[in-house]
Amino acid sequence: MTSRTSIHLTINGHDHELEVEPRVTLLDALRDHLGLTGTKKGCDQGQCGACTVHVDGQRVLACLTLAAQAQGRSITTIEGLAEQDGTLHAVQAAFLEQDAFQCGYCTPGQIMSAVACIREGHAGSDDEIREYMAGNLCRCGAYPHIVAAVRQAAMEAAS
Amino acid sequence: MRDFSYLRADTADAARQAGALPGAMLLAGGTTLIDLAKCGVAEPETVVDISHLKGLDGISVDGAGATIGALAKMSHVADHADIKSRFPAVSEALWQAASAQLRNMATIGGNLMQRTRCPYFRDPANFPACNKRSPGSGCSAIGGVTRGHAVLGTSEACIATYPGDLTVALVAFDATVHLGERQLAVDDFFLLPGATPEREHAIEPGEMITAISIPASAAARRSTYLKVRDRQSYEFAAASAAVGIEFEADGRTIRDLRVALGGVATKPWRARAVEEALKGKLLEPDAVRRASLLAVEGAVDHGANHYKIELAPRVVARAILKIGETA
Repeated sequence: MTSRTSIHLTINGHDHELEVEPRVTLLDALRDHLGLTGTKKGCDQGQCGACTVHVDGQRVLACLTLAAQAQGRSITTIEGLAEQDGTLHAVQAAFLEQDAFQCGYCTPGQIMSAVACIREGHAGSDDEIREYMAGNLCRCGAYPHIVAAVRQAAMEAAS
Repeated sequence: MRDFSYLRADTADAARQAGALPGAMLLAGGTTLIDLAKCGVAEPETVVDISHLKGLDGISVDGAGATIGALAKMSHVADHADIKSRFPAVSEALWQAASAQLRNMATIGGNLMQRTRCPYFRDPANFPACNKRSPGSGCSAIGGVTRGHAVLGTSEACIATYPGDLTVALVAFDATVHLGERQLAVDDFFLLPGATPEREHAIEPGEMITAISIPASAAARRSTYLKVRDRQSYEFAAASAAVGIEFEADGRTIRDLRVALGGVATKPWRARAVEEALKGKLLEPDAVRRASLLAVEGAVDHGANHYKIELAPRVVARAILKIGETA
């Protein structure tokens, strides 16, 4: 039963048409069908947060979202965060400034999660940042710098 | 993940009809279904996407209680001001569950339908025997590594732990599950494994959860959810308790008490014996600790999960004392 279905996705403000099997996840559609490889595949089972994207402004896991299910929603990936002229998003800049990564593989997911965490109002203290960023694992253990970067970006957003 | 056909439902009736067909499964947030499809546990022929249905995600709270639409997201319910003030245990159970991303995806109806985290259940390739997956095939957990398995409500067929948090609070506060017209007490919605562990919920093909409702009560207003786990966040409960308390006018005598346990039983576990033992009594630490032992009456361990029998009453006692001693 290898049926294919036509879907229409709106990603970072651009429209895309693609033909996929219904079982294809948003993560695989982004990476393998659209070449948007900034969104990372870590565990592929909803446990590590590397595939975090925004759907209608909410952070979700692309590995547990069917591409077909995302039709009609507005999707933002790490590629859609910076300004058109290349100016980095405040959270991206804070991650650079605070050296909030080592290998960098979890970083796109961390940043997408952090942007939402700050917007949700869940970055009020280091403890709150740790709790609400818990869905993004970093196997290098860059957590102290990640918390510092989120704290910095949250303070900038508040001022 | 086996391929399936995808159908997006436009109305609740269409969803119910499509969902009643053999091999069809409803898809809401996807955090259980897509996960289990990847494990090879769920093999739907048709996925009926109900996540775009309109009008099923409302949250309303008034003097009589709260009504929460089945498609409301866990995160929205957790952050709702009136849920936080009138049903703090519900909000706390939600925000201590899963991760922020999963809570943005998972719906309240889907949360009720989440499956056990039993590692044998989730690994059909390596463990073909699982009565929950394949009735009559046996139980790989019994005699296996049981550290996370249940000590209450188990049977010879299954010792899988019910993993959720929200429903522990719902059971404590007598919530109702709405399946369209039909309504069921949440306690009756969850079934004990007995000889039929493959049947976990009292929901029939063609039915769909449309809402849950929670009656207002003084105990729900003064409530908490205490979750003890191997790491501080993003982990299932080793043992948890939803507790609510109402005092007489003297502020010391217990008029109403609600206690339910998570992480230790095969379904969300109301501990009525603890409640009855303390109603009418003064809130006194030794009495609370003694009564809390009743929470694990009849518990049976399978070796490595023995610690839960000791842990659960301590969690209950700490939760009662915490909420009781807070002015």
